[in-house]
Amino acid sequence: MSRVLPVLTVLLAILVIWYAAAVMLNRAWVLDQAARAGSEVGFSQMLRETMAQDRPVLPAPHQVAKGLWDGVAGQKITSKRSLVWHAGVTLSATLAGFALGTAAGLLLAIGIVHSRAMDMSVMPWAIASQTIPILAIAPMVIVVLASLGIKGLLPKALIAAYLSFFPVLVGMVKGLRAPDGMQLDLLRTYNASQGQSLRMLRLPSSVPYLFASLKVGIAAALVGTIVAELPAGATAGLGARLLSGSYYGQTVQIWAALFAAAILAAVLVMLIGAVERVTLSRMGFSR
Amino acid sequence: MSWQGWAAIGFWIAAMALNVQVANRHGAARWARVFVPTLFGITLLVLWQGLVRGLAVSPVILPAPTDIAARLAGSLPLLWGDFSQTILKGALSGYVIGCGAAVLTAIAVDRFPFLQRGLLPVGNFVAALPIVGIAPILVMWFGFDWQSKAAVVVVMVFFPVLVNMVAGLAATDPLQRDLMRTYSASYRDTLLKLRLPAAMPFLFNGLKIATTLALIGAIVAEFFGSPTRGMGFRIATAVGQLDLPLVWAEIAVAALAGSGFFGLMTLAEKAVTFWHPSQRGR
Repeated sequence: MSRVLPVLTVLLAILVIWYAAAVMLNRAWVLDQAARAGSEVGFSQMLRETMAQDRPVLPAPHQVAKGLWDGVAGQKITSKRSLVWHAGVTLSATLAGFALGTAAGLLLAIGIVHSRAMDMSVMPWAIASQTIPILAIAPMVIVVLASLGIKGLLPKALIAAYLSFFPVLVGMVKGLRAPDGMQLDLLRTYNASQGQSLRMLRLPSSVPYLFASLKVGIAAALVGTIVAELPAGATAGLGARLLSGSYYGQTVQIWAALFAAAILAAVLVMLIGAVERVTLSRMGFSR
Repeated sequence: MSWQGWAAIGFWIAAMALNVQVANRHGAARWARVFVPTLFGITLLVLWQGLVRGLAVSPVILPAPTDIAARLAGSLPLLWGDFSQTILKGALSGYVIGCGAAVLTAIAVDRFPFLQRGLLPVGNFVAALPIVGIAPILVMWFGFDWQSKAAVVVVMVFFPVLVNMVAGLAATDPLQRDLMRTYSASYRDTLLKLRLPAAMPFLFNGLKIATTLALIGAIVAEFFGSPTRGMGFRIATAVGQLDLPLVWAEIAVAALAGSGFFGLMTLAEKAVTFWHPSQRGR
């Protein structure tokens, strides 16, 4: 618990810097308005006005909080102005993609661990593909699939799946190879088949690695979904909310959507962390 | 399916059989480690080409690799313009500024253990957030040209590098620090001669993660507005015109740039951290 105070201090510092930056950045507009009206603004009035603009350059934290609160609690959940609804659209695509990507990563990892040829052919490419800005293909995938008549959730989920696939693959290959030679030899002396040693030794001992990659994977899947919502045509989801905010200069809307995405990411990662803690302690991994 | 498709499938089966043979018999040899993945890559390309031609897939859905190569070779000046706009101006300048700022912040933070305990959890948290979302805001602030892309890249690379660098500066063990103290070394000397070198493996870990993030940031930021050049802009507009060979050519350039950038950082890492166990004996 010795961390609480330092973390709170850092957060407070960020908040103070944010307010200061909001005053600095929004000042020009206030001064401009005052000059046009031919009036002078005192310091305290300027402070107040920089905090309460409709389209500030940088909204003050309380404006963002209000935008977020309006979006979450001020609307019906089914309304198109509700952030909960948009977050739900993004979340469903993220989860679908995450499930697909994790399943594919797991299967391929099992294949790689059991076949030397697959290991040697696929792994270098899997690692090299990490260095490629994969998100750049998101708009193409969306448009091409739309021209094939596939719309809605699936294209976004495919991009999310692609992004969460590699962390899981790399982590699981490591995890499935985690048991040491002695343990594998022991199973061999029991005349265990490959399937049995996979089920009883390799899979259980890969669980810590699995959770570590799942945390990376779900964050990547969320980023993938949000970027997949950017190309024109998407009207639902946090990414579309970001884009429409940027078209119409609605800065508060952008920041609110951004924070909704951040909270969503944090909740997802924390959920996996909670499952991880329970599972690992049940399985007897001492932490 | 016409003969091209069947030929490609035949080639695929033959190549895979050869790969299995080579992997099982000469798997430890150095030439096999290059040969097997290369053959696998070539096979994928041949299969792609054969299936697209054999099934007569429309080029608006998936162009054949030869079409993409032809488009790539035919529009080199255009691609070079996009490359210099997005990678050289946007991504690289942002990368240098962001990583530099992160390293300096890490050194400053390191002097105050209180800040360090507070900043690490926050930094770790921020590093997991969808930071690309900040792109529309920064595009609004810094305009459509490369400065806003660089700003997005700065924000994206800052936290991974910061977290790694802070961890790296804490990586010396007490014995080593005690030794420096017995030499009566000043803070500066300890930093320059012990802690910065010891932090290098961690720093390079962060720098390598940041290379991909920098490219993603620069490309995605262009979806929110850009001058009429740049890789993200070109991808978005070429998709609109269904000029898929050009899109794939841009993606090929992005992939090459990404692996080249990563490769450069790996080479630099080898040169700087030659003493580290992970680099020795190779």
